[in-house]
Amino acid sequence: MMVALYRPIGRNLETVGAWLLGLLWMLPLLYAVWTAFHPAIYATHFDPAAPLTFANFKAAWQAAPFTRYLINTVMLVTLILTAQFVLCTLAAFAFARLTFPGRDLLFAVVLLQLMVMPDVLLVENYRTLVQLHLADTILAIALPYLGSAFGIFLLRQTFLTIPQPLDDAARLEGCGLLARLWRVYVPLAKPTYIAYGLVSVSYHWNNFLWPLIITNSVTTRPLTVGLAVFATTDQGIDWSIVTAATLMTSAPLLIAFLLFQRQFVQSFMRAGIR
Amino acid sequence: MIHRRSLLAVSAAMLAAPAILRAQTVEKLTFYYPIAVGGPLQAIMDDYCKAFQQETGIAVEPVYAGDYSQTLIKALAAIRAGTGPQFAVLLAAEMHSLQDQDILVSLDEIGLDADGKKWLGSFYPAFMANSHADGKTWSVPFQRSTAIFYYNKAAFQEVGLDAEKFPTTWAALATTAEKLTKRDASGRVTRWGIKMAGDLGNAQWTFGALANQAEQKLMNEAGTEVYFNQPKTIDAMSFWQSLSAEHHATPDGVSNWPQLSPDFLEGNTAIIQHTTGNLTNVRDKAQFPFGVAGLAGKNSPHTVVGGGNMYFFKNASPAERQASLRFARWVSQPERAADWSMRTGYIATSPAAYETQTLKDFVTKFPAANVARTFLPVATGELSVHENQRVYKVLTDNIQACLNGSKPPARAMADAQGDADRILKPYKRT
Amino acid sequence: MRRETIHAWLLLLPALVLLVAFTHWPAIATLIDSLYATPHGSRVAPFVGIDNYTDLLDDPVFWQALRNNAWYAVATIPVSIVIAFLMALAVNEALPGRSLLRMAYFLPTMLPMIAVANIWLFFYTPDYGLFDRIMALFGGGRHNWLGDPTTALPAMIAVAVWKEAGFFMIFYLAALQTMPTDLREAAALEGSSRWNYLRRVTLPLLMPTTLFVLVNAVINAFRVIDHIVVMTRGGPDNATTLLLYYIYEVGFRFWDTAAAATATVVLLTIMALAAAFQFGVLGRRVHYR
Repeated sequence: MMVALYRPIGRNLETVGAWLLGLLWMLPLLYAVWTAFHPAIYATHFDPAAPLTFANFKAAWQAAPFTRYLINTVMLVTLILTAQFVLCTLAAFAFARLTFPGRDLLFAVVLLQLMVMPDVLLVENYRTLVQLHLADTILAIALPYLGSAFGIFLLRQTFLTIPQPLDDAARLEGCGLLARLWRVYVPLAKPTYIAYGLVSVSYHWNNFLWPLIITNSVTTRPLTVGLAVFATTDQGIDWSIVTAATLMTSAPLLIAFLLFQRQFVQSFMRAGIR
Repeated sequence: MIHRRSLLAVSAAMLAAPAILRAQTVEKLTFYYPIAVGGPLQAIMDDYCKAFQQETGIAVEPVYAGDYSQTLIKALAAIRAGTGPQFAVLLAAEMHSLQDQDILVSLDEIGLDADGKKWLGSFYPAFMANSHADGKTWSVPFQRSTAIFYYNKAAFQEVGLDAEKFPTTWAALATTAEKLTKRDASGRVTRWGIKMAGDLGNAQWTFGALANQAEQKLMNEAGTEVYFNQPKTIDAMSFWQSLSAEHHATPDGVSNWPQLSPDFLEGNTAIIQHTTGNLTNVRDKAQFPFGVAGLAGKNSPHTVVGGGNMYFFKNASPAERQASLRFARWVSQPERAADWSMRTGYIATSPAAYETQTLKDFVTKFPAANVARTFLPVATGELSVHENQRVYKVLTDNIQACLNGSKPPARAMADAQGDADRILKPYKRT
Repeated sequence: MRRETIHAWLLLLPALVLLVAFTHWPAIATLIDSLYATPHGSRVAPFVGIDNYTDLLDDPVFWQALRNNAWYAVATIPVSIVIAFLMALAVNEALPGRSLLRMAYFLPTMLPMIAVANIWLFFYTPDYGLFDRIMALFGGGRHNWLGDPTTALPAMIAVAVWKEAGFFMIFYLAALQTMPTDLREAAALEGSSRWNYLRRVTLPLLMPTTLFVLVNAVINAFRVIDHIVVMTRGGPDNATTLLLYYIYEVGFRFWDTAAAATATVVLLTIMALAAAFQFGVLGRRVHYR
């Protein structure tokens, strides 16, 4: 009897605890939303009757070329995603289904990148791109990340789980290497592609330090760098405008997540990332 | 009688002239500049560049690159990458380090005729202080400022002080700030008396003013020696620390520059030491009567100049260098300098600008705009040495350690001197 | 060569070239660079051997950066993993408002660190920032969270944990949801308490996920410095200087490329050691299904 009574109370406490944590987690964002949608005077005063306004967003939008930054970011992320898909698919297929001398050693060398990310090698990569005369281009931001060990690793794992009979059937039909890849492996690895794509997009959309270093002009800056340049003026920070700009630059990803929450989580599960 | 041949020749020349001119002129220049103060500076700069293009046909693309340190990093990165700007507005105090990077071209080398030399002489001498080395001129003033106090007149009246008389000595300043500090019933401060910036990039400016107020120069003109360890410098640091430690008129620890102006406008502090370039921003946003006053001094007022000069880079072609110089001369014309000053609050860079009618009228209507320049005679240059950023960092680290209570002023300054000496050692030989 | 080998190399080449060009080659180049002095202007850099390393070891700021990063890692890694696990457990249950909760936990991850830094900068503002106001409600005093050396690093840790826990939660959630339900039924039949079940069944089965999350957490502890750049710039007095921030400052603010390369070698070594430990020692104790 005691046990039966104990459980519900414990459960309720847990629910309350989880909710408190959730509230705590949302608090910063809620505060930012409050500040962005109300005039500057209400930034630090909570008056429920305060008037809503879009003026902060307008001011932020006009203060910096955010449209251009948005275009740059979309171009960057699209470029990275496309190139990564192609390159990692080819490499993963080679590692998964082809045998050649030195394969496992080479795979280990590739995996080294999981620990030694391009971000850490700022100084050298910067120099390389300068020598290639590619500095301050969107391609320059993307290049260090196009060969993605994580992508190769994930796709190889997925390809390994695809049943050999399917591959054999395609071979019997006379499909060449690339045709087998395209017809059999790629379609079956769709969940992995989605999961990897989501991770990659959110990572590169939000990437800051490397783009900060490698870009100088408005035509190449992504949103994150644009926001930083915008927000660190020596003038007094106008919190309403800064939070408005911050929300604006985060909005695309946020909205995408809100709309596709379930798919996000499900694709992670189906891809068997664990 | 006009010969046909000469007519042909003349017409040919006239037709060819534009092409020849175009071949000799430059199509487009890029120029990096920082925004360090409030106001729609980007729009103003865009307008200037458009006007310049209409007058001269040279397109100048202004690239806003962040604050002073970001602009410096960006400009250097771009120049090293070969895609750099032809000229940029950078901290006047960076001259020695920029020279070390071997990227500057002096104005003398670009070419200064008699007119040009007169133009150089037309600037306020205090603003040219950071521009000379090896007998040549390396930069020209553009957005210059001095450090001044902004103070809340309503707060002054509230505590029974005369809002029109601002203290001019350290002792008076400390007492005033003490009086202005307001506490609630539980002892929590609701309004600070004074706030000064101690964060990286600004601590050395605040400190430069304080040192000058103790009548001590912080560096030599060649930028190879610093004088942090002098008794007067230690005096200045002690005074800064005493404002929090003894007088409790400013918060313990470090106050950040970006926070000063919002705090002042919020009523969180009654006095801030800030740049004159923030004047327009404060004027637009203040919800209370405010005043502008020169800095105080140990015995008499002294202050420090700051702000940005225009530098010209080696990687530009001769035609581009000429065009950049032309832009610099165009933008510093009295009328335009006056315009820039009125719209931002920076001090117009030449006395001639203050003789223009527009600025005269403006100053009559808004006397606060004139305060900063009256202190130019007692202003010293900003800390400027080789490896400038590195020396700024060691000085700032030690100032912060002192303000946070982990080092007494004497030791903080001794450590700063030691570190700086080590950094500057390779440069002392030259 | 066999045709298969040729085909394999053709498939691998594009990705490999890029990988080597931007990961492996720079790593080696950094090591080589650390043995030369910084070139000034057009002068060629002289070979200095291990001088750069001795200079680095003499730099108190470097040691501070190492210490800071150690504390930072020791705090963010376990805290974010534990919170992530708890979040996943909570969201896995049939709690009311579960998908809203999941969204609340995961949202910070979708924001760029820059955005997070700006928002939290606002909160940490002394006197009228959010935290000081909440503290004031409870009678607390004023705090200069970012300006006080004792609270600055913890403040950065809080920001990092807030941002990352939700991301790790997703991995745990995915793993929890693929756990077979008959295990729990069997445990209930045997009268095992929930706590026991958690400890003896769930945790061990989740070890692969924990290892994966741990690897990510370690990498992030050294890789992510965006919030430092925006909020504290390494201050006050180097209290929040992390190793990568030190490299960024030395390399791109002081333009001392040799010192930056030297510090990078140290960072790479640390990460390699961490990887070796994780995959070598921990990896062996993980149960794979």
